[in-house]
Amino acid sequence: MREARPLSLAAAALLIARKDLAIEFRTRTAFFSAVVFALLGIVIFYFAWDPTAVATIDLAPGVLWVIFTFAGLLGLHRSFGIELADRAIDGLLGAPIPREAIYLGKALANLVFVGAVEAIAIPAVALFYNMPFGGQGLAIVAIALLATIGLVAVGTLFSAMAVNTHLAELLLPMLSLPFFVPVVMPAAQATARLLAGRPVAEVASWIRILVAFDIAFVVACMLAFPFTLEE
Amino acid sequence: MSDTSVGGGGGGAPVAAARAPAKGRGTDWLLLVAVVLVVITFVRAIYFTPIEASQGAAQKIFYVHAPSAWVAFLAFGIVAVTSILYLWLKDPKLDLAAESSAEVGVVFTTMVLVSGPLWGKPVWGTWWTWDARLTLTLFLWFIYVGYLVLRGAIEDPGMRARYSAVLGILGALLIPFIHLSVYLFRTLHPMPIVLKPSAPSLPKQMLETLLFAFVSFTVLFLAFLRSRYRLAIDRAAREAEERR
Repeated sequence: MREARPLSLAAAALLIARKDLAIEFRTRTAFFSAVVFALLGIVIFYFAWDPTAVATIDLAPGVLWVIFTFAGLLGLHRSFGIELADRAIDGLLGAPIPREAIYLGKALANLVFVGAVEAIAIPAVALFYNMPFGGQGLAIVAIALLATIGLVAVGTLFSAMAVNTHLAELLLPMLSLPFFVPVVMPAAQATARLLAGRPVAEVASWIRILVAFDIAFVVACMLAFPFTLEE
Repeated sequence: MSDTSVGGGGGGAPVAAARAPAKGRGTDWLLLVAVVLVVITFVRAIYFTPIEASQGAAQKIFYVHAPSAWVAFLAFGIVAVTSILYLWLKDPKLDLAAESSAEVGVVFTTMVLVSGPLWGKPVWGTWWTWDARLTLTLFLWFIYVGYLVLRGAIEDPGMRARYSAVLGILGALLIPFIHLSVYLFRTLHPMPIVLKPSAPSLPKQMLETLLFAFVSFTVLFLAFLRSRYRLAIDRAAREAEERR
């Protein structure tokens, strides 16, 4: 009999992330609906303002971040939703891996999911809103990454909690959105400044909030996650 | 809680079981004291405290607004502490204390959010402004209303306690971040006038009324918290009875 060595935290997390992404890659339903949702949002938002009165450059950062938030929620809801069928979560809980690895793996898969939606939505905004993303492209990608880590850290935990309640679809946005404020606000503000051609140094304090939020909530949510599982 | 007769009542009718604890407790003297103190505060604020020169009578809202805000923060602080202790000690009473404190805290936060615009309109000329502290208070309200909704959406008491403890702790962790991000927007709120390094910049009579208001609102909070906690204990006992 082969002696099974217990997996390390990182290896187990990667394994779970790969499982979730494989499920998503084979069905692609959530990803396509999130992308279509994001594109629809971008288009509809354009008509919510008078383009002759409000310049698109003032509009784009806000639109971008509101859409990421809602498209992200679509993916996050699925994250633990897929474990409900046939009580698949029991398989994960029974596996000889630390509980934190389940959280990290799920969060990693969600990060890839939301990141992929953003990879399509940002160029779409550049196209539809005629935005010059080129100049500060790298800084904007960095801000998007930092903000997405924050969204996913909190959203993954709340997804695990919300699926076990009566109000799953309603409760996830209700719990998550207040937590998204210190992520979306700095991200949108920083993106707006950068798009207006301001230097990166001017948005340093917003970036610091994002980094601090990411560190605090990745750690806190990882520690809190085992308490949300059945004992 | 020796007078909680629900558990020991045996096969009595549910209505009688529900009424018994209230009858057994008699007068809630703490609530009585609190109400008397609050009435004294209001009488003092209205009749025996000078009218502020530039703001007129509208400034009297101060004596409701500021102490309510203090109580709201106290209440949510208690939620955070009892939540941490619950995850550590797993005592259901801590969870019920957190629930009670959150509910009373939401009531006082609502009071802040209602009294603020009433004061803001005559003084600032606007009901609402996206000032740092207003925004923070609004989000506090959202977080803890979400907390109460979460509690209502879970049947199993153990799971409800764990989930709400997690949310209670994360909510407290979130507050400085919201504060920081909304603070980068300019703030209209007056800077601290009582708790600051130099002497409080408030006339003596106003300061006394304000401090009295803080005390009376805190006592009111404790009275509400205590009776809400007793209700939670009774409810948990009845839930346990029904499950048996």
